[in-house]
Amino acid sequence: MAGKTEAILARKGEIMKRALGMDYAQFERSPIAFDYEAMMAAHGYSLEDIIRIQLAAGVGKTPLLELRNLTDLIRSYAEPGHGARLFVKDEAANMAGSFKDRRASISIHVAKEKGYAGVIAATSGNYGAAVSSQAARASLNCIIVQEAFDSRHVGQPEIIEKSRICEAFGAEVVQLTVGPELFSHMLELLDQTGYLAASLYSAFGISGIESLGWELAEEMTALTGAPPTHVVVTHAGGGNTTGTARGLRRAGATSTQVVSASVDLSGLHMASDTDFNRKSFTTGHTGFGVPFATWPDRADVPRNAARALRYMDRYLTVTQGEVFYVTEAMAKLEGLERGPSGNTAMAAAMSLARDLPRDATVVVQETEYTGAGKHHWAQLNFARANGVEVRAGDPTESVPGTSIVIPERPEQIRAKDFDMGKLRRSYVRNALAHAGEGYTPTSEDIEFLAADIHSDAESVEAIIAALKEA
Amino acid sequence: MNETTRCALGDWVEVESVLLDPADRATNLPEDTAAQPLRMWVKGFARATAVVGCEVTVETMTGREVTGTLSEVNPGYFHTFGKPAPELTAVGRDLRARVAAYRKAGG
Repeated sequence: MAGKTEAILARKGEIMKRALGMDYAQFERSPIAFDYEAMMAAHGYSLEDIIRIQLAAGVGKTPLLELRNLTDLIRSYAEPGHGARLFVKDEAANMAGSFKDRRASISIHVAKEKGYAGVIAATSGNYGAAVSSQAARASLNCIIVQEAFDSRHVGQPEIIEKSRICEAFGAEVVQLTVGPELFSHMLELLDQTGYLAASLYSAFGISGIESLGWELAEEMTALTGAPPTHVVVTHAGGGNTTGTARGLRRAGATSTQVVSASVDLSGLHMASDTDFNRKSFTTGHTGFGVPFATWPDRADVPRNAARALRYMDRYLTVTQGEVFYVTEAMAKLEGLERGPSGNTAMAAAMSLARDLPRDATVVVQETEYTGAGKHHWAQLNFARANGVEVRAGDPTESVPGTSIVIPERPEQIRAKDFDMGKLRRSYVRNALAHAGEGYTPTSEDIEFLAADIHSDAESVEAIIAALKEA
Repeated sequence: MNETTRCALGDWVEVESVLLDPADRATNLPEDTAAQPLRMWVKGFARATAVVGCEVTVETMTGREVTGTLSEVNPGYFHTFGKPAPELTAVGRDLRARVAAYRKAGG
């Protein structure tokens, strides 16, 4: 590795401490455990403060819509007495077109309050648009670092659109080719500018999503008399699941099932120059969803505030073709033309609702904006141009990176349950590996791990024992 | 398209540079990525006149100075929707018909 990269990475701790405006060391308890709730509370904002900050920033209070046509479509082929009522929280109505505005609004508020001259975020997704828009309103400078192109200088139309919208909001966009060294370049920029690191995974960013879970629980109670029985969340880095679930709990919706959903991109390598443009989803997929669930602290902060395994009751995967089909169906049946990535949860929800009784209520908690590039037609045209086969048929036959199979009938939309036990074992294995060889977990560690995988101490001890035997 | 190949002082342009040569890249990369340099593109206002392919310094929106090879003058965006996917064109018609049939049957 280049001397320049090594030199900047050696100063990572010092740069991030200043750029995050918080010393994460104070929350550490052991090589495994840290005080998660203390970290989440350290910014000092209550949920009421967050809602107030967001309303002033033009964020939140998005429409909750009942999808009566999709519900009847599902009931037309569900078993008798089945087919839950389907709802969507239209987060595309936020200023920059997605729920990411909730995250960005709090990060920008913190940056402004602490006197930073600007913010930097590493993201090729909607978060870039959100940070750029909020920074513009707060008169702060903004740099968005994007993994944008393969080595041929070819970019996903969705990412190119994200470059455009960030620049439309006055951000400086730094576009890079594929590679994890993006992080060391972001460190250099943070060091050079003294800006706040508006990480996707900061405690204030995740707290900003709690208002979404809280709002939808309140709105569902007003509309149906109770919080939803199920909330389906598109899952990538874990923030969406974490913030939404925390908000639901704050609203007292403790019996609501939290179902995370990702597009299945198994077999594609996220750091591969060739695989980069062979996927039609740049987020909401298993390439982020699985590694971040099983090791959240891989993020660009010392401890990730987004800890999806803590909160998810189920994890469903759907295929790219199923999501494109549902995206088209939503536009034609419900008058909601929205971006495909955000509809990942909708595809999973259609499958879930089919198997639930009619009195169950399923809320898909977000949508995202769509438009040139960021549209399912653009994605499918791009896939074809990059040698991916697109055809109609049985979606179970699709192979990520090789083929996209679009269902011929809605009955073919069948989400798959990802094995939660496998995710939990993998998380514990990673936690032990990071603690170092020979470290023996204390009872406090076991308790922390149990909370972090949404399980109990006995199960954690059983996993550890099994790992020792293996 | 008649591309402008020369920029004047103050023009909005894009510069390209190599951040890391293949030999200097991270050690844990897949082979295809490791064989390529890490390249970067940044846009800003040109600090001098230049010709595409020559070195120039730009001042970015945040006021940073970045030097690189001039890659484009007045760079635009050409992403679009494209043609409808034939696999999807009948979805709306067919699903509307199914919902209508279900309701007609008293569902």
